[in-house]
Amino acid sequence: MTRARSIWQHGVKTGIIGGVAVLIIALVGMVQSFNKRDIIFEVVAMGHTLLVITAVLMGYVAAKRTPRDDGLIQYVNTIVCSLITSGFLALLVVVGRSVNLRAVLVNASPVLYKALTLGFDGAAGILIILLFGVICGSVAALLYYLPPVVRRVTIISLSAMIGAGVLQELIRPVLLSWGPMAVIADYFYTSNGLTIAGAVTIVVFIAAGMTVWTLRGESIKSHYSHLSGGSQRGIKIGSFVALAFVLIVLPHVLGLFLSEVLTIVGLYVLLGLGLNIVVGYAGMLDLGYVAFFAIGSYVTAVLTSPELGFYSLTFWQALPFAVVLGILSGVLLGIPVLKMRGDYLAIATLGFGEIIRILVISDFLRPWLGGAQGIKAIPKASVFGFALAQPQYIYYLILAGCILVVFISLRLKDSRMGRAWMAMREDEDVAQAMGINLVSTKLLAFATGAGFSALSGAIFASKLGSVYPHSFSVFISINIICLIIVGGMGSIPGVIVGAAALVGLPELLREFADFRLLVYGAALVAMMLLRPEGLWPEVRHKIELHEDENGSGQPEDLSAAEPASQPQGG
Amino acid sequence: MFQRWKESITPTDVVMWMIGGSLMLMVIWGSVATLAAGKYTGRHWIDFLIFGLAQGSIYALIATGYTMVYGVLKMINFAHGEVFMSGPFTAYFVADAMYRTDFLDTHPFIALAVVFIVAMAVSTMIAYFLEKIAYRPLRGAPRLIPLITAIGASFFLQYMFRGLYGSNFQAYPVFKIFEGSWMIFGIRILKFQVVVIVAAIVLMVALYSFIMLTRVGKAIRAVSEDKEASSLMGINVDAMVSTTFVIGGMAAGAAGVLYALMFKQVHFFMGFIPGIKAFTAAVLGGIGNIPGAMLGGIFLGLIESVGPSLFLDGLGIVAPYQLKDAIAFTMLVLVLIFRPTGIMGERLAVKKA
Repeated sequence: MTRARSIWQHGVKTGIIGGVAVLIIALVGMVQSFNKRDIIFEVVAMGHTLLVITAVLMGYVAAKRTPRDDGLIQYVNTIVCSLITSGFLALLVVVGRSVNLRAVLVNASPVLYKALTLGFDGAAGILIILLFGVICGSVAALLYYLPPVVRRVTIISLSAMIGAGVLQELIRPVLLSWGPMAVIADYFYTSNGLTIAGAVTIVVFIAAGMTVWTLRGESIKSHYSHLSGGSQRGIKIGSFVALAFVLIVLPHVLGLFLSEVLTIVGLYVLLGLGLNIVVGYAGMLDLGYVAFFAIGSYVTAVLTSPELGFYSLTFWQALPFAVVLGILSGVLLGIPVLKMRGDYLAIATLGFGEIIRILVISDFLRPWLGGAQGIKAIPKASVFGFALAQPQYIYYLILAGCILVVFISLRLKDSRMGRAWMAMREDEDVAQAMGINLVSTKLLAFATGAGFSALSGAIFASKLGSVYPHSFSVFISINIICLIIVGGMGSIPGVIVGAAALVGLPELLREFADFRLLVYGAALVAMMLLRPEGLWPEVRHKIELHEDENGSGQPEDLSAAEPASQPQGG
Repeated sequence: MFQRWKESITPTDVVMWMIGGSLMLMVIWGSVATLAAGKYTGRHWIDFLIFGLAQGSIYALIATGYTMVYGVLKMINFAHGEVFMSGPFTAYFVADAMYRTDFLDTHPFIALAVVFIVAMAVSTMIAYFLEKIAYRPLRGAPRLIPLITAIGASFFLQYMFRGLYGSNFQAYPVFKIFEGSWMIFGIRILKFQVVVIVAAIVLMVALYSFIMLTRVGKAIRAVSEDKEASSLMGINVDAMVSTTFVIGGMAAGAAGVLYALMFKQVHFFMGFIPGIKAFTAAVLGGIGNIPGAMLGGIFLGLIESVGPSLFLDGLGIVAPYQLKDAIAFTMLVLVLIFRPTGIMGERLAVKKA
């Protein structure tokens, strides 16, 4: 590798990667469908924001990768990178205008080109794209040259503004629903996106807050740690009470639609915490986890629905059966896979999940399970004769379930069994040598996870009022795995964060629904490459991962590979 | 062998053997009942067998990719099913264009060659970049991490192609010369099935001889034996890993075209189930073992085609064909439980079990 090449290659390489990334974003249709929503009313649209963020990010990476010794070389590299990135889009527009790409690529429509060129025709449009590339590059370079503190403040306040724009459908109705707040809502939001004044206010406000925190944060922290044990505890209890209050009031503040979203997130938190025990604590990758969810749902459905006419128990009478049967099936499916590890385990459990789905959907079991048409007319759960029919009330049922499951998970984590699970996760053979009974430890993990999942399934069945085999595809398992990984394996708050981010967000952004699994897939790969410990990591797992990076190293020579996972972080 | 058994027998083993035994009994009982009932004639069975052979040879081609990657990297390339899908899905547009211009009917063999080349090129490219971008930085990471990456890559690729080409089922243009049937040894066989079987066999022979006879093949075998030692012997390990992915991608792309010839449609999700089945085939033959994967694929195809009618019909199960995939997955689970080294493999027993 010559010196002359090594100066430019970072810009060019990163630029090509960025170019492919923006091409994919544009051609899978993300730009078009995201542009329906504005971040700032009629000024910045969401699709454009996505492209700009990608370009800036790539430019920044290019600057970071360039060797540090020359003053301006980073800047030039960033510009090169961004120009190449935008060049890909420009090329797409040029080609797309003369050839009908739409016969192959369904999204390469004139609407897309118009969105990319901001409505300009001819050469002006191309120039606009390239100009935006240069601007993105300059912004990236600027970010690179800024002192770290300022950079952090800028990035966070801008992302807060974008976040506020993206989440308009969450924030605006909440503000509007409450008389005096409507004024604030009108100040910040239009019918689609933020107002300019609102956007500026948010940026300034967050930036000011961040600056104060950076300057004074240390002293506040030390003030807190110098408080007496009693008042520290007081603050903790106070915040706990506040949290509880918020959780209880939440559905009434949020209204029908958002409560529905909350219940879905809650169900996924339940599922996630269950799988977290199997994958996060015990380190066994279970891809057939949806099977237990299905079992919970179907047991509830069969026992309560008058449609099949076997039994007509109430929800509360059926719930114990659902959970117990879930646990039993967890043990039953756990026994055969006891000796498997890693990939074999994953594939075998995937097989189990599919077998159960295929059996449920088949005509063979139709008289008992309803076949492809599913089971309908499942009664709602009721408390003291009051049916929990609306999402606002089902929310409490799910909240109760979540609290129970979080409590059990927390207690299990620090128990003897929890430590046994983690030992097993780190090294099965060593754990066994230390006297851990692998059979009972593994089966208990499967059983606990399955129990949580069945509980979630039972609630799901009564919430929906019907179950269909199509609700239990392998995607649910992938979804749950994804939220655990993104949140941080083995971390309870991580599961909640993951569920909110990966399940709640797509529900709020309906445009997003089509790209859900695309983004999940990309998120899984990116997390594994850049931050395998997750967004809210569990301490021990993090140490474990990084120990592995520094300690054993890689025996084989990886000279040609880029050290892709290193520079990030910041 | 018997002594070792006595020492290590545990209650869970007993449970597992009971499960296995009862399944075995069910299969035997079902087969006897079906044969006794005489609902199917010899003709039916022959049709089932040939269909199974064609389908199995496709699985076999995909399975070689799994098995080779497992050999060199000791990881399951979960996204291999998507490599398989990407080729024929892209080539569909070429084939469709040729169909519209009548080129397909006037020069069918050139057209078929073009479709093969396009599909194999795309699949190869996807496999190559998949390794380079997603897997290479993770070499030496804890085992779960590459696996999760592979799952992520699999879904990313699936939905990327869905976004690019749309979510419809696309009907593959029909090659007129492969319609109809031939009489071979007095048996009437559909032409496209013959084409699929012959093409798959030719490709497998080519692939196997490449691995066994060329220098590069030798190097790949060396890398899958021992990475460190082979790098000390002057083998460029990274290049060999890439080559493995390239060969696997080519085989998968070709298999994809055969699949499209057989089922006459493509869509973005078509790789998922065949991918898992090919993995099953690779495990059946002993993962890491190329001829094993080929035999495993054919065996799985046969079982899947004959199984529903033979095992389940006699048990009075309605619409047994719906349970075809369940049979394949049951096979997978059973092999993983009872014989994780596969029918032919012994090598892995030392390394892994």
